[in-house]
Amino acid sequence: MSDRIREKLNILADAAKYDVSCSSSGGTRKNTNKGLGDSHSSGICHTYTEDGRCVSLLKILLTNHCIYDCLFCVSRKSNDVKRAAFTVDEVVELTMNFYRRNYIEGLFLSSGIFKNADFTMERLLLVVKKLRLEQNYNGYIHLKTIPGASDELIKEAGLYADRMSINLEMPTEAGLKLLAPEKNHNDVIKPLAFVQQQITQFSADKKLIKHVPKFVPAGQSTQMVIGATPESDKDIMYTANAFYKNFSLKRVYYSGYVPISNDTRMPILGTQPPLLRENRLYQTDWLMRFYGFKVQEILNDANPNLDVDIDPKLSWAIRNMQHFPVDINTADYKMILRIPGIGVMSAQKIVQARKFGKLRIDQLKKIGVAYNRAKHFIICLDSPYQLKDYQGTQIKAFILAESQSKYLKTDSNQMILF
Amino acid sequence: MTYIIDGSLQGLLTAVFEWFERKPGKATLKSSAIFQPEAFVESFTVTTHHEKADRVWAGLQKKLKKNWLRQFYCSYLSEIPEAYNHLFQFAIYIFQNQPGAESNFGNAHVMALSKYARSVEREKHRMEAFIRFQKTGDGIFYAGIDPDFNVLPLISNHFKNRYADQQWVIYDLKRKYGLHYNLTSVEEITISFSSVNKQNPAPVLMDEGEALYSTLWKDYFKSANIVARKNTKLHLQHVPKRYWKYLTEKAIS
Repeated sequence: MSDRIREKLNILADAAKYDVSCSSSGGTRKNTNKGLGDSHSSGICHTYTEDGRCVSLLKILLTNHCIYDCLFCVSRKSNDVKRAAFTVDEVVELTMNFYRRNYIEGLFLSSGIFKNADFTMERLLLVVKKLRLEQNYNGYIHLKTIPGASDELIKEAGLYADRMSINLEMPTEAGLKLLAPEKNHNDVIKPLAFVQQQITQFSADKKLIKHVPKFVPAGQSTQMVIGATPESDKDIMYTANAFYKNFSLKRVYYSGYVPISNDTRMPILGTQPPLLRENRLYQTDWLMRFYGFKVQEILNDANPNLDVDIDPKLSWAIRNMQHFPVDINTADYKMILRIPGIGVMSAQKIVQARKFGKLRIDQLKKIGVAYNRAKHFIICLDSPYQLKDYQGTQIKAFILAESQSKYLKTDSNQMILF
Repeated sequence: MTYIIDGSLQGLLTAVFEWFERKPGKATLKSSAIFQPEAFVESFTVTTHHEKADRVWAGLQKKLKKNWLRQFYCSYLSEIPEAYNHLFQFAIYIFQNQPGAESNFGNAHVMALSKYARSVEREKHRMEAFIRFQKTGDGIFYAGIDPDFNVLPLISNHFKNRYADQQWVIYDLKRKYGLHYNLTSVEEITISFSSVNKQNPAPVLMDEGEALYSTLWKDYFKSANIVARKNTKLHLQHVPKRYWKYLTEKAIS
């Protein structure tokens, strides 16, 4: 018995690991019935794998049998891998016992498509219903919406899940057509829009009626595979931006393609996953969501790809030196947020602290500003007087000279003459 | 002038009261555990007085919002000797100034408290993440820990709300006390470990399902890793080595 379940867990966890979403935040479920589990609004990462990714949910497939043959996926029909399937009870037992030992924040359940979409969605629904209704489980549940499943099933699942997600897979329709001819973006957009519309409906009802059941309280997310097809960073981020806007997504995940196939349409086996590019895309994503940047400011026709050697915020600052230097003691909060080396926390502290007196360099350092980076872009009470007006490229050279990146082993920066 | 306290929160608050009663000018606060008499500095031993302490706490409650009261308490739980002095100075600073003075991050004591509180909250959060229960033969879920700061009072509610239907014990092996949840309330306990290995109790004492689930969890941890993306530096940054002894998935089997 235990050997069989070990084998299944190994196969089905291995197949699920390329889905990068691990967040367990945004849940609002409270343990009101003396059952098991209580959500933590900011989520908890219970451990981290050796590749540095967080593990907060038991992320498994119900089965890796699949009728589709998408080139970028390990579970594609034509791939020669071991297949397995969990029973509903096995998933429930695993979740409950892992949760009781504080190993996990909850369950992330996805599945290959076996038979058809509705049949698969029904099985997923059985698991979540059993957990919620029979086991009194209030922990986090992230459920994959199966493209093509009927509205009734999706709606019912939304009543038990905390988050639902459905993957775009490729940033553009053309890319998707190339690698997964049977799929298209519309299959993703339709259920995303349906769930979004339900969420809005439920929250509108909540204003009128006191007891409305929760419906996907932690919202929806999606994922794109990066580097399998030749899209530019601009294509990727414009798509992400449109999805944030149109479907109020909580997150868009960018997953660097890890080569798993020797098909000639994709990077060959053994190619390093594009980790740096992935990192830069996430930085851009953060700038859009928390720093008040418009995607058009960071990526446009003149700059279709992100700089590799510096982060997008610094890159924007260097291209727009007319906005700098910024006076820390008088500038608008929005402008302070745009200074390289100052994050959201530091910006908030600066705005509060300057009411009590003008700020000096040592205070900025204590507040948490990365002063060596920020000094090129700010003026504070005791900033040294500077005669020379440096060019953006010179500042970039200064910053690169004193910074070390784990990605850039050799100095690729060209020398500057003047 | 040096004020000496017994190391309790009540003692610290009493010291604030005494300072305002005596107004000795500049004073620093030390706990008796680390106090060394100095030749040219006078010292004053504060006798903990609950009524005085309560009055100071009530005063702070009037002046500070909830999040700052929490930061004050968290800084105290850090048990760092310098933190006591910062708390003392912070309280005096708050009482001497208009409401809102706590947002002056240019002030050294405000900034210090904010930093201590952040460290303690981070440790609290790590305990919520890294505690691993083991189910014992009599059905109690047990976890032994030795956190950097005294965070048991902070994590009690989290675990009580989450594991409402199982008995659990979280034991701070460094500070020699623990919490026991008996299905209705959480109580403070001390255990005398005589012949038991505290961190990893012998298998005979454990529930029969325990070995299976800890193996499954280790398997899962291995399967979830993507070898092509190996990043040891990031791994260590998130899970510093000092916590590995708690973690089932990091145990050598």
